Amino acid sequence: MSSPRAAREESLASASNDRLMKSEPKVRVSLPEGLSADTLREMYYRMVLTRLCDDRAFALNRQGKIPFAATCQGHEAAQVAAAYALKRGTDWVVPYYRDTALALAYGVTPREQLMCLFARKDDIFSSGRQFPNHYSVPDRKIASISSIIAAHVTHGVGMALAFKMRKEPVVTLITFGEGSTSEGEWHEAMNFAGIHNVPVVFLCENNEFAISVPQKLQMAVPNVADRAAAYGFPGVICDGTDVVATYSVVHEAVERARKGEGPTLVEAKVYRAMSHTSDDNQLTYRTPEDIEALKGRDPIPRFAGWLKDRGLMDDEMIAQMKKKAQAEVDDATDWAEAQPPPTEADLYTHVYASGPLS
Amino acid sequence: MANKTVLEGVRDALHNEMARDSRVFIMGEDVGPRGNVFLITKGFLEEFGRDRVVDTPLAEASIVGIAVGAAMVGMRPVAEIQFADFIYPAYNQIVGEAAKIRYRSAGGNSCPLVIRTPYGGGVRGALSHSVSVEALFYHVPGLKVCVPSTPADAQGMLTSAIRDDDPVLFLEHKRTYRLIKGEVPDGDFTVPIGKADVARPGKDLSVITYGLMRHFAVEAAETLAKEGVEAEVIDLRSIRPMDRSAILESVRKTRRALIVHEDQKFGGIGAEVSAIIAEEAFFDLDAPIRRVCGPDVPAMGYAKEYEEAFMPNPDKIAAAMRDLVAI
Repeated sequence: MSSPRAAREESLASASNDRLMKSEPKVRVSLPEGLSADTLREMYYRMVLTRLCDDRAFALNRQGKIPFAATCQGHEAAQVAAAYALKRGTDWVVPYYRDTALALAYGVTPREQLMCLFARKDDIFSSGRQFPNHYSVPDRKIASISSIIAAHVTHGVGMALAFKMRKEPVVTLITFGEGSTSEGEWHEAMNFAGIHNVPVVFLCENNEFAISVPQKLQMAVPNVADRAAAYGFPGVICDGTDVVATYSVVHEAVERARKGEGPTLVEAKVYRAMSHTSDDNQLTYRTPEDIEALKGRDPIPRFAGWLKDRGLMDDEMIAQMKKKAQAEVDDATDWAEAQPPPTEADLYTHVYASGPLS
Repeated sequence: MANKTVLEGVRDALHNEMARDSRVFIMGEDVGPRGNVFLITKGFLEEFGRDRVVDTPLAEASIVGIAVGAAMVGMRPVAEIQFADFIYPAYNQIVGEAAKIRYRSAGGNSCPLVIRTPYGGGVRGALSHSVSVEALFYHVPGLKVCVPSTPADAQGMLTSAIRDDDPVLFLEHKRTYRLIKGEVPDGDFTVPIGKADVARPGKDLSVITYGLMRHFAVEAAETLAKEGVEAEVIDLRSIRPMDRSAILESVRKTRRALIVHEDQKFGGIGAEVSAIIAEEAFFDLDAPIRRVCGPDVPAMGYAKEYEEAFMPNPDKIAAAMRDLVAI
């Protein structure tokens, strides 16, 4: 029982013997490289937690308690898979504004998430300065971003260049939507990354819409991944609603980067379940039928089914996880709402390290 | 002390900081084997290697954006924009990103980055190699903007800029590169960012200026000295932060203020300097504030006649000084 495959089978067997497991597994296969049964269940939990956080954000917005919300519904599988494909505490994430699940799977807590929704003074990302979901947690290797589309892609490449110069075995994951790939800076970042072979993974979360503009008005090629050929590195497509498939692709790309074999462009095909943000109305550019049809692609029940088929979870465990996640989100909401807002004096801090403002 | 040109001051600051601190690296177009189009980084590639002397693709937004990313994880990049006229594609990275990183992360991230670029006219650079860009950037909180004009200030302020914990736009007037020579201290020294310099003391009027115009203003002041008028020339050296107290102290003494810059007049640095004086020293003035600036046309043309008509020069400055003291 010393080979990795045997170890994974043993892990699977112990998981299926878990006292919570009452049904026999339908499928007996080895687990994906690097993912134990516990890790897979944790990934599922992060997806559920994200969904509930996102639902809470929209509810708070509709209640008039927060001015703005944006959710990642439809992207959860791709984001959680990417987070778990990285070496946490070592590898850097340069996310974009629709990466709630990536953040919650890479060390951000529900309380921290709710603090940014409420724009509280002690919001660790920006002290209530930025829109929600604009994370900045340097000690957990999550970079600060703005809302400017694709401006962070060059930053991620610059970070990777620094790690390469310093000979540190660090991989940088940069995420963006398919709309970002129309920006000149996206091209510049890809081009430089290819020339200098920097340790970076580009993850495009292609949800087919940039606010209201469909992919066919964004590019004349069917896949974002096709563009990688122009930069001299591989482009890979995966089903971004499939956790395990996305994990395998991103993990391989991460390990390639770590070995010095250069960048990879991964295109995860996802969908956007909600309007762009709380200020958008997708019924102005999508039909109710289109929106209804998307529900069949929901990655959360899909992953639940995958786990159940392999005997790694059952309905009781699913219900317990949802209850636990709901309690976490409720606690975070109550706690964050009670925290103090910034004061006028806070407007003037952190402009420069020192010296006058002008 | 050593006698150097402005160009040599810039080169020595870059060289000494790269030798002193392994976090410092340079990136830009033609900085490698070519040694930069003005030969500022000649020999750097051989001395510091390809990792620290990065010839970039022709892509200004990413020259700055990649430097921003490296700065966010502890490097001290010096990004070069070959001519200030080419900086516009990088405007978002400088103004929208670098300048806001500390603020938007409430101090969690910082961006210790220097963007160097040659600017200004008087070299027959035509529409796209002569521009002054300072007014487009000095409005931006979170950014520092330096405009040194002497070899010592160029070297000392660039050293300060590289050691600064915030993004600095470092504007080098290209006409001064080889024209202006001066004494520079030996060894490791810095000139602080945010302190003006009294380029010439005087009592009858204040000329507030920076860049190449510092030298033209001093020349004009020497002319007026022969006519019995002693002008004080204040070289701002940095325009954000701006040394308000140096401006006000001089104007309160001389009671007359002339502002001189090569950049276009409307909305230029002179507008802010005028406002500072008007708000804080209005009752100390004996005459209205006057400005000698570039005209409000898009740029100076290639023809000699266009360039001469656009650029302030010692004669134009001296004439404005005479007018001001006559009031």
